[in-house]
Amino acid sequence: MISILHRKTGTLPPRRLCIQVLRHNPADPASVPHLQPYEIEEAEGMTLFIALNEIRAAQDPSVQFDFVCRAGICGSCAMLIDGRPGLACRTLTRDLGTTITLAPLPFFELIGDLSVNTGKWMRGTAERLQTWIHDATPVAIDTLETPMDPDLAEAIYELDRCIECGCCIAGCGTAQMREDFVGAIGLNKIARFRLDPRDQRSDDDFYELIGDDDGVFGCMSLLGCHDVCPKQLPLQTQIAYLRRKMAVIGFSS
Amino acid sequence: MEVIHTDVLVIGGGLAGLRAALAARKRGQKVLILSLVPPKRSHSAAAQGGMQASLGNTAKGAGDNEDVHFEDTVRGSDWGADQEVARMFVHTAPKAVRELAAWGVPWNRVEAGPHEVIIDSQRVTLDEPQAAHGLIAARDFGGTKKWRTCYVSDGTGHAMLYAVSDQTVAENIPVHERMEAVSLIHDGVRCYGAIVRNLANGKLLAYVARATCIATGGFGRIYRATTNAVINEGIGAAIALETGVVPLANMEAVQFHPTAIFPAGILVTEGCRGDGGLLRDVDGHRFMPDYEPEKKELASRDVVSRRMEAHIRSGKGASNRFGEHLWLDITLLGEAHINGKLREVKEICQHFLGIDPARHWIPVRPAQHYSMGGIRTDAHGAAYGLRGLFACGEAACWDLHGFNRLGGNSVAETVVAGMIVGEAIADFCATPEGDMHVSTALVRDCWEHESARFADLAASRGTESASALLQRMQTIMSENVGIVRNGEALGAAVEELKTLLLRSWQIGLRSSSPGANPELTTAWRVQKMLKLALCVAHGALQRTESRGAHFRDDYPRRDDAQWLKRTLAYWRDPEQRVPTLEYEALDVRRMELPPGWRGYGARDAIEHPETARRQTEIEQIRARLADADRNAVQQALMPFRHLLPPHLRGPNARLEETA
Repeated sequence: MISILHRKTGTLPPRRLCIQVLRHNPADPASVPHLQPYEIEEAEGMTLFIALNEIRAAQDPSVQFDFVCRAGICGSCAMLIDGRPGLACRTLTRDLGTTITLAPLPFFELIGDLSVNTGKWMRGTAERLQTWIHDATPVAIDTLETPMDPDLAEAIYELDRCIECGCCIAGCGTAQMREDFVGAIGLNKIARFRLDPRDQRSDDDFYELIGDDDGVFGCMSLLGCHDVCPKQLPLQTQIAYLRRKMAVIGFSS
Repeated sequence: MEVIHTDVLVIGGGLAGLRAALAARKRGQKVLILSLVPPKRSHSAAAQGGMQASLGNTAKGAGDNEDVHFEDTVRGSDWGADQEVARMFVHTAPKAVRELAAWGVPWNRVEAGPHEVIIDSQRVTLDEPQAAHGLIAARDFGGTKKWRTCYVSDGTGHAMLYAVSDQTVAENIPVHERMEAVSLIHDGVRCYGAIVRNLANGKLLAYVARATCIATGGFGRIYRATTNAVINEGIGAAIALETGVVPLANMEAVQFHPTAIFPAGILVTEGCRGDGGLLRDVDGHRFMPDYEPEKKELASRDVVSRRMEAHIRSGKGASNRFGEHLWLDITLLGEAHINGKLREVKEICQHFLGIDPARHWIPVRPAQHYSMGGIRTDAHGAAYGLRGLFACGEAACWDLHGFNRLGGNSVAETVVAGMIVGEAIADFCATPEGDMHVSTALVRDCWEHESARFADLAASRGTESASALLQRMQTIMSENVGIVRNGEALGAAVEELKTLLLRSWQIGLRSSSPGANPELTTAWRVQKMLKLALCVAHGALQRTESRGAHFRDDYPRRDDAQWLKRTLAYWRDPEQRVPTLEYEALDVRRMELPPGWRGYGARDAIEHPETARRQTEIEQIRARLADADRNAVQQALMPFRHLLPPHLRGPNARLEETA
């Protein structure tokens, strides 16, 4: 019935994995970044969440990393897995080789080892792009809600599914060069609020937020973001569409 | 010692804390939020299936209103809920869902005209009214008479959390992330804020506040098999308990969710069954109708989980190398439905099981899911025992859920309680009581006390391992204090947990890295989690009846005569090894819905002596008001509106009531 449970038979001995973690503790002046290998025995259905916790419990209690939901929905555990940004909690070791290299997500402030401060950057981006519904009308809570076309609600949700994990920023060429670039995450949020009729902002307003090289015109269309997004958001089409709309505003003003 | 001052300190950045913070901020208070993680990573994001609110927009929601939602909630609670609180909740839930709609939550909407659904494994065509087109839709959930659960695919909590979190950004409310409150600053009478540890650098700070609100969620991580996020360790409840004056209520009321994927324990939503999914056994047989002919897969969670465990014990479990389980079959819903309305479920199945749920059955087994118990508060969220301390959401025992929470009522509680408790906090701050005369010596003493505790622990070279104690505790809780309980297993659990608590004072650290040492954090937390575990196990041992999620095979009947009361657990002396239990009676004479049969599950409750009298009284009131509208009848039975802030008292509009 479930293929994974039959994929490996009991006759094969479990693999020995070497998990190399890029260690550095900025709080310790003596700390020098280095790759530290840990050997563990692979278990059935083992994820990097399970592996790292086993390392911390049994071998090295000082390793820093972030997990919250461990179900692929909260975005806490993005890291470089063999060089590629991804969510560690839902990465199965059986999909990787026997040597696995883990490094913290680049671009974000390092807290220690695999832990980075995505929260600070995300809050800053939310403030900068004002990622909330702009509507001066007082909210009416006792009356029937304003109707919305069912398809439109689903289209908004499609863009609302971003979990702010930071993978897109880690996979972004522009972000390597421009530290103020809003990235796919920022552009996707603008696309989401632009689509939402409850938000009273116009394209002129959005142009003020992303109509420059730190916004939609900074994107070089390398689209690493699109390739690594764990939620498979339609970043490619959204960025292209947004650029066209913003270019029209730019030329007309 | 760094001291930070604010009017309102909210501990916890999930939906309940954020919404309470917003309410207080909109009333002009200076508010500051502490959060273990960035708020959008809170466990609220994991709420999948939806939020109950009696909008009644859909064909299967027709006729729904606050009265029906109220009765479902009280029956779900097995009469453990505070009925006034349940009334406040069902009345405010429609307002909350509409407010969230205005804030941008992309609720699924009603599509007018005929559409096919699966009900009780049959394909049925429903016809949605034209007038409802574009209004907020709802799906079916367990233990409800109507389709009442408003949803955003199966990412409801995520969408709600992002909308509310962005509102707090709009209101410029600061969130201090990676901060953990490690003790409350108090003098035994009033709370003045908290001592807080920065998890990024290990430093301790003092936050001094006129009002403090704990909204730190549940404590599922005291169990081995849990759907909870790794941050749900109950530390907020534990620091309230450690004041010695604030009780934790009904800690033995722990919910197990029927469908956690096996063995990882990750949740797949009740929406799977609400939308027509079935539970099957080793033979592929759909077994729930055999046990629960009325509600089948959609009885309340406590009932379904118990039936599943009993079915496994009867030898009908499927098995894999990890052990026994049952199957959740959503293949009959079809790929289009799963891709649209159950996409998180699909992703979880793909990534963690390697299966496509449109083609394969999902291996599931019940796992710990929700803490009905928590910091005991009044109807306004004020904690018992300390003025200036409030609590809301899963961390609190407001007592909306009693001994079993309905699916869709928790994420609804977060925002509804946030709206109500946030107002109460602002009210408190506006009164003379909200003024504060705090001694700097008290703040310094609290800070120094905590500093010494951390320093001692960091320097300790004791022989015990924090992670070994943690794992043993989780095993005891899952094995002895789980879905089916009895005196012998509970007694053994209490005894061993007491030993573990003693051993936890001898924890030695193997590492001494500067900054945020994760080993030190674990060692410190496990001492607190053991106290919570003892509250759960000891409370369960003493409660010699079965009620809601608390089921004892040596006392299988609900005993209203002896046990229609709430457990209050105190930890008055730091040296004590089990909590002191006291009880608070529920008053049948004031109930709108006196105890009876739930409509599913067992029928053999031992009756409370007042029940018959109250029932007669209610029938007389109903007869006298036969011509009055439902609100007048309700008002005569159990007034509650006076408990709500004035702006939440108005009637809720509905299509059929306005037509």
